Amino acid sequence: MTLLSFDWALVIEKLILIVIIVLTTLLITLYTTFGERKVAAILQDRPGPNRAGPFGLLQPLADGLKLIMKEEIIPTSASKWLFILGPGLAMTASLMTSAVIPWGTDVHLFGRTIALQVADINIGILYIFAVVSMGVYGIMIGGWASNNKFSLMSALRAASQAISYEIAMGLALIALLMTTGSLSLKTIVADQAAGNWWNVVYQPLGFIIFFICAMAECNRTPFDLPEAENELNFGYHQEYSSMKLGFYLFAEYVNMIMSSAIMASMYFGGYDLPFFDETTVAPNIAAMIGVGTLLIKIVLFVFLFMWIRWTIPRFRYDQLMNLGWKTMIPLALFNMLLTGALILAKL
Amino acid sequence: MSIIQVLFFALSAFAIGSAIMVLVSKNPIHSVLWLILVFFAISGHYILLNAQFLAIVNIIVYAGAIMVLFLFVIMLINIKKDSEPQKQFLVKLLGVVAGGSFLTLLVALVKQTAQIQGRTLLMKDGVIGLIHPLGKALFNDYVVPFEISSVLFLSAMVGAVIIGKK
Repeated sequence: MTLLSFDWALVIEKLILIVIIVLTTLLITLYTTFGERKVAAILQDRPGPNRAGPFGLLQPLADGLKLIMKEEIIPTSASKWLFILGPGLAMTASLMTSAVIPWGTDVHLFGRTIALQVADINIGILYIFAVVSMGVYGIMIGGWASNNKFSLMSALRAASQAISYEIAMGLALIALLMTTGSLSLKTIVADQAAGNWWNVVYQPLGFIIFFICAMAECNRTPFDLPEAENELNFGYHQEYSSMKLGFYLFAEYVNMIMSSAIMASMYFGGYDLPFFDETTVAPNIAAMIGVGTLLIKIVLFVFLFMWIRWTIPRFRYDQLMNLGWKTMIPLALFNMLLTGALILAKL
Repeated sequence: MSIIQVLFFALSAFAIGSAIMVLVSKNPIHSVLWLILVFFAISGHYILLNAQFLAIVNIIVYAGAIMVLFLFVIMLINIKKDSEPQKQFLVKLLGVVAGGSFLTLLVALVKQTAQIQGRTLLMKDGVIGLIHPLGKALFNDYVVPFEISSVLFLSAMVGAVIIGKK
């Protein structure tokens, strides 16, 4: 039977990798919610959650349990299937990004060379871009299916915000591609790890634009207009309860982790530990060091996200749009022209 | 059957099924969502043809941007099921006849095209769909059409802004 004529070992290897990545991401996400509350507490000079377990470390488990145990309510006037589909879609879209992120150098196990990347496709960056543009459907479908005016307003806001900032994000990425000459994330990270400067040195403006746009895509304060509770009650997840609400909330944190991973990979060397020669240790240990380095970079970026959230107040909606269209896009275009001119001058 | 054939038939069935659902759905929002699935199935076909760039751009542009705008407009104008205009039987019949004739025409044309006859599809093969050959072809062989179409896009964008400002 020719149907089964492909490399089953590869399939199993990739499946294990996917399961590990998804589980790790969800575990980190769980503790990111805890981290967010602790960071907020530190910035507001209060102790934060400290009751459940030592230092409040069991708090996320208690939160998760609470979300699961709550009664599940589907409004009668809601469109039932789409109402259920919405949070699932939001979660799927945010987890799908992890497929192209290189988590470390190759590992040698059982006589096989295992790449710590689910898929090394030669259009990796475009794939990320496609997944980001899918992310808005979860919010839009959920907001519309709730059959609630506030949810709908919030969904529309989320969509227009995402579309507006995607353009500047794409333009910032084009400038990065001009310097790297490759769309594959593996190549981009390997180039940076091979002793070159990190890409942020060549693309400082591009990185800032990308960072701001990533914040807008994740609906993080100061861009959390879709959840502006003083204007929209609660936003697109107003009618949601129980774990469906939990999925929306977790999806935001997964998005944050994934965009941190992408920024770390594209601009800050990915799994590259600076001033350390990976060839001096065994390949497996080097890969583990790489994974650890990438995780530390992700945590630092996530902290930066939180730090900004608890420092800067929310924009008004017209300010958000003006920033996106009249500042970010011209800046990104300028960055692209500048990069092109510099590349030409170097030749 | 090889795995590619299985994927091809699965994707085709998925695409056609979703396309039928686009037409059958009473609710315009559901139609748009089914249409998004059609685009995904078509992107799957592009990947089978090893045209990765086309596949991903199809998702970014059509499924990601244009369909969001579709959803946006339909959600804003908020079409209700009962306010949808009911078409007369004669109009429906004419529509079916016109659509059927068009389908016959298309099938006849495709069957007669000399370039297609007696040729098999290049599956999982060929490099023209990858970004490097595609970029080289666009900027060497087809640079004038490429530039003209970008000017066309620019003028369309300027036109849209001007109309929007009125």
